[in-house]
Amino acid sequence: MKGNVIKYERDNIDTDVIIPGQYLKIHDYAELASHAMEGLDPAFHSKVKEGDFILSGKNFGCGSSREHAPIALAHSGIKAILALSFARIFYRNAVDGAFLLPIEIDEIAYKNISEGDEIDIDISSNQIKNITKNQSYQMKPFSEIIGKIIEAGGLFKYKPD
Amino acid sequence: MNIVEKILARASGRENVSPDDIIFADIDKVMVHDVSGPGVIKVFDKLKKQGVNVDKLWDPSKVWVAEDHFVPSADKISAENIVKLQNFTKNYGIKKHFKYGMGQYGICHTLSHEEALVLPGEVYVGGDSHTNTTGALGAFACGLGHTDIAYVLLNGKIWFKVPETLYFKLNGKLPDHVMAKDLILKIIGDIGTDGGAYRTMQFGGSGIDEMSVEGRLTLCNMTTEAGAKNGIVEPDQKIVNYLTTRGVTNIALVKGDPDAEYSEVFEYESSEMEPIVAKPFSPENTVIVREAPNVDLDKSYIGSCTGAKYEDLEAAAKILKGRKVKIRTEVLPAAISIYKRAMENGLLKIFLDAGATVGPPTCGACCGAHMGVLAKDEICISTTNRNFPGRMGHVESQTYLASPLVAAASAVTGKITDPRDLD
Repeated sequence: MKGNVIKYERDNIDTDVIIPGQYLKIHDYAELASHAMEGLDPAFHSKVKEGDFILSGKNFGCGSSREHAPIALAHSGIKAILALSFARIFYRNAVDGAFLLPIEIDEIAYKNISEGDEIDIDISSNQIKNITKNQSYQMKPFSEIIGKIIEAGGLFKYKPD
Repeated sequence: MNIVEKILARASGRENVSPDDIIFADIDKVMVHDVSGPGVIKVFDKLKKQGVNVDKLWDPSKVWVAEDHFVPSADKISAENIVKLQNFTKNYGIKKHFKYGMGQYGICHTLSHEEALVLPGEVYVGGDSHTNTTGALGAFACGLGHTDIAYVLLNGKIWFKVPETLYFKLNGKLPDHVMAKDLILKIIGDIGTDGGAYRTMQFGGSGIDEMSVEGRLTLCNMTTEAGAKNGIVEPDQKIVNYLTTRGVTNIALVKGDPDAEYSEVFEYESSEMEPIVAKPFSPENTVIVREAPNVDLDKSYIGSCTGAKYEDLEAAAKILKGRKVKIRTEVLPAAISIYKRAMENGLLKIFLDAGATVGPPTCGACCGAHMGVLAKDEICISTTNRNFPGRMGHVESQTYLASPLVAAASAVTGKITDPRDLD
């Protein structure tokens, strides 16, 4: 899975900046996408392209349980979030609803990947290749159940053993 | 096993569970509101198109519905969401739907305890992050997104990773000028907004024995702000009394074993606590009130599941009695039952005499949705739970999180004020 990186070098990107509370009444995915990241980066909507990734620090998606957050990002074209860690409900929502991949990375990847870099994520080998910089990094493997839900295409398609 | 492990073992049909086990837990109660409900409806529509049978819920008697975020309807879209919710509960035979303007209604988490909708030992999931609140009654109470809630509504179960438990031992009764809100802000300031991530935060010790049920609800409510999966307190006689006065009989008290294990233990001298506020823009950005910045406040907001329970209003009224507010002050009781009690006991008159406005139950301004949102550069002191950028309105507004005592004292002076420092 190849794409370019939009980098937010900060921790605790919360659901209130990913999709502000005033939009929670909206359930039209395209309209939600038009307000994605509005609280942090009003230019996000104009710069994001289909297939892009977001790179960020610790505790990405903290705050609310609003599924509007992964929905708004996914429908903006974001295929994966790479972060040092994730808040639990955001992580669950991203996986169970099959909206986008939450990829846990280490400090090396976080420091070395820059805004605009083209990277290639291979979840079968847990490798992230930085095509722009000719580097590669390890991602944290998904836990067994998360891997299976992702493979199935979301919680509703997953059949427990 | 500790209390959470015991509850999850029972719910997953196992004799034992340990942290990191993946389980499918049977769900005892589930809640949706006017934000997560329309989300669930959208998931159901999608499933229907894929040929999945969504004609029946697994058990409508275990489901309850709240109207709280955008009520009284903020605009046309919010009104339509309420209509969708009404059709949903009618079509699926859900009897417990708390409608605004029709008797008891209020913020979902407040109803969970005011109406005794959740009992000790139960597994309760809600389509809202502050579902953690209800763990104060001794339940495993956990927030989920609307896809997960849709899954629960159809299947009656959901997967969990059994969490590690952080145990917070609280020593001694809180001083009169300190509330549970100060204590939980102090804890979040110490461990950070991801300090409880993926884990249970359990509270115990003599500080809990001495604390009211509503104080415990405040503690568990804001475990969400530490990233916790759930907050919990082992149920005791106070919980039994609380539920009995609300008509519950046959209460079974689940508790942890004497040799229960915790991944970490934290100890707090609750009897020596100071009033605390969290500065913008994070609940972990805490400071003692007497050392808080000397800012000119524009508004004091006393509302939300966190800070508008009956005791919260009582605390604010104690400060506002016979005084006048210097800044815009809004008091929104978290449920009609609380509103009514506040009226009967003269609290609403105290607020109105002080110059405050009293509004209906709503999540409204707490999440920047409607009914009292902040303008650019406005500074608010608030009894709510989050103060991220734009949380209560404009992205350049600011919120200081505080206890109802501090929010009321600050309403009187227009500055962030320790209740002990009022004339």
